[in-house]
Amino acid sequence: MTRAGRWVVAAAALTLPLWIPSAYHLHVAIMAGIFGVLALSLNLLLGYTGQLSLGHAAFFGIGAYTSALLTVKLEWSFWPALAAAIVLAGAAGWFVGRLSLKLRGAYFVLVTISFAGVISLVSVNWIELTNGPLGLPGVPAPGLGPWSLRGKTAYYYLVLAAVGLSYLVCRRLVRSRVGRAFVALRENEALAESIGVDVTHYLVLAAVVSAAMAGLGGSLYAHYTRFVSPEVFLFTYTVTMVIMVVAGGKGTLAGPLVGAVLFTALPEALRAATSWQWQMLAYGVLLVLLVFFMPRGIVPQITASLSGRARSDPASRVRRP
Amino acid sequence: MDQLLQHLVNGLVLGGTYALLGIGLTLIFGLMNLVNFAHGEFYTLGAYAAFAALAWAGVDFFVAVLAAIVVGGALGWVCEVTLLRPLRSESIDTTMLVMIGVWIAMQNAELLVWGGVAKSIPHPFPTAPLVLGPVAIAPLRLFVLGLSAGLIAVSWLLIQKTKLGRAMRATFQDRDTAALMGVGIGRIHAATFAFGSGLAAAAGALLGPVFLAYPSMGDLASLKAFSVVILGGLGNLPGATLGGLLLGIAEELGAGYISSGYRDAVGFVIIILVLLFRPSGLFARHERVA
Repeated sequence: MTRAGRWVVAAAALTLPLWIPSAYHLHVAIMAGIFGVLALSLNLLLGYTGQLSLGHAAFFGIGAYTSALLTVKLEWSFWPALAAAIVLAGAAGWFVGRLSLKLRGAYFVLVTISFAGVISLVSVNWIELTNGPLGLPGVPAPGLGPWSLRGKTAYYYLVLAAVGLSYLVCRRLVRSRVGRAFVALRENEALAESIGVDVTHYLVLAAVVSAAMAGLGGSLYAHYTRFVSPEVFLFTYTVTMVIMVVAGGKGTLAGPLVGAVLFTALPEALRAATSWQWQMLAYGVLLVLLVFFMPRGIVPQITASLSGRARSDPASRVRRP
Repeated sequence: MDQLLQHLVNGLVLGGTYALLGIGLTLIFGLMNLVNFAHGEFYTLGAYAAFAALAWAGVDFFVAVLAAIVVGGALGWVCEVTLLRPLRSESIDTTMLVMIGVWIAMQNAELLVWGGVAKSIPHPFPTAPLVLGPVAIAPLRLFVLGLSAGLIAVSWLLIQKTKLGRAMRATFQDRDTAALMGVGIGRIHAATFAFGSGLAAAAGALLGPVFLAYPSMGDLASLKAFSVVILGGLGNLPGATLGGLLLGIAEELGAGYISSGYRDAVGFVIIILVLLFRPSGLFARHERVA
């Protein structure tokens, strides 16, 4: 994107509450922001290291539950609870990463699914802690000093700040030595290892950062909806994240954000016309179609057609052995 | 002690169907190098196909089970030819994403067709359990166990004794060499996927009447099939059989002695532990199809 284009997008995002037509539209924008954080987090693993986590809802849910439990049961305030959510989700990411990233590939997918399954069963069955399927109501709205961030406009800016922060962390990471190591591992693991890239170390690092970011998204979600139940572990959340990343363009920085905005707005727009089941059915078909017809995603496709040739940036290339 | 025997018998019934799921998946995974997340959807399809055959066509229960197997196999064949064949030279991640798409699409199509309410599948067996000394077993469960054992034997014969089976084993060992020897890889892949999907559908048609049929039943079935494959080792048919029985018994014991709320966690924990300590499976000396 050109420099001017970037400024336009940033200005539009910053002034959004001023020109958006209704509170409902602002709500959609907030949800898009939360999913933007989640999609960025999944992209770090799927897009840059090539490892698919199908248990990402677990990190999201751990963040949501940590934040909710600390504020509801121990009456912590929002900010330390948010920090705890990020740390705990990151720790979970470290645990899963250490456990499974030696094996990678399909086995990483299976361990992440299993982990999410176990955590979800715990949230349903450990009733003393989590209140079981009934969930935890009354999660307080966050405050900043003397101000409450209860209103939608204030919360929008909180989420926007989180998106900006996540974006900067991802950008800093993928443009550093570490990011080059991620891509090297994705493109050719044996070659990367032969020049001294420590495979497990870098993959676990990616898992920790990715999980911590998903925890951030979970905490923001919990304090926005003010209610947490085992539904945060629903597989639907993971699928939505995967679609956002794959459709937007895995291995690009802008792709997940474009995907998040598109796939939060689209279902809302289609809501009047179709039922939820049709939407999920369409998601499944869409995923298949994307793999066949647009394997690189929207953002790389657009940048390629804008510049008239495929970009040579290795990070935006999908592996095609 | 009596209770333990009862749990073991229940576990064996459950385990027989898990073995069917596992054998199907281990062939698909091992031979086609495909991480088939839609496997559980063929299980769901089997249950609903049996239900449809009974409720709509009004056929006999045994015919309905057979119809479910045929429908599962046929749809598996279509799926392989239309979706997987064009992607055969793609990476394992690409085909995995496609199968995740198929999984979501199939599950929600089932939800649209059948609704979210669980369906009970009628069966002709008497509900009074047979009491054999300390254990009681419903005749339906006995039938499930018997038919599972039969299908496992058929699978084994197919792989070991037929020409198709020999071609499948050759493809698993070395695809390129097998192709050079005149094995039609495309045909073998289609046959493997159809056969594996048919077995999954059989498991669904068998367990559907024992429990209930509902659209999301395939999610857990997929994961259980994967834990069986991981337990038994990739492409290992006796391993998948033993792994299935072990998982069924472990679940029954876990539900009976620990907490029934965590029954389904057993499979997850097995996946994690086996991958951690014995990543090539409990019974594998080396990966193989046999």
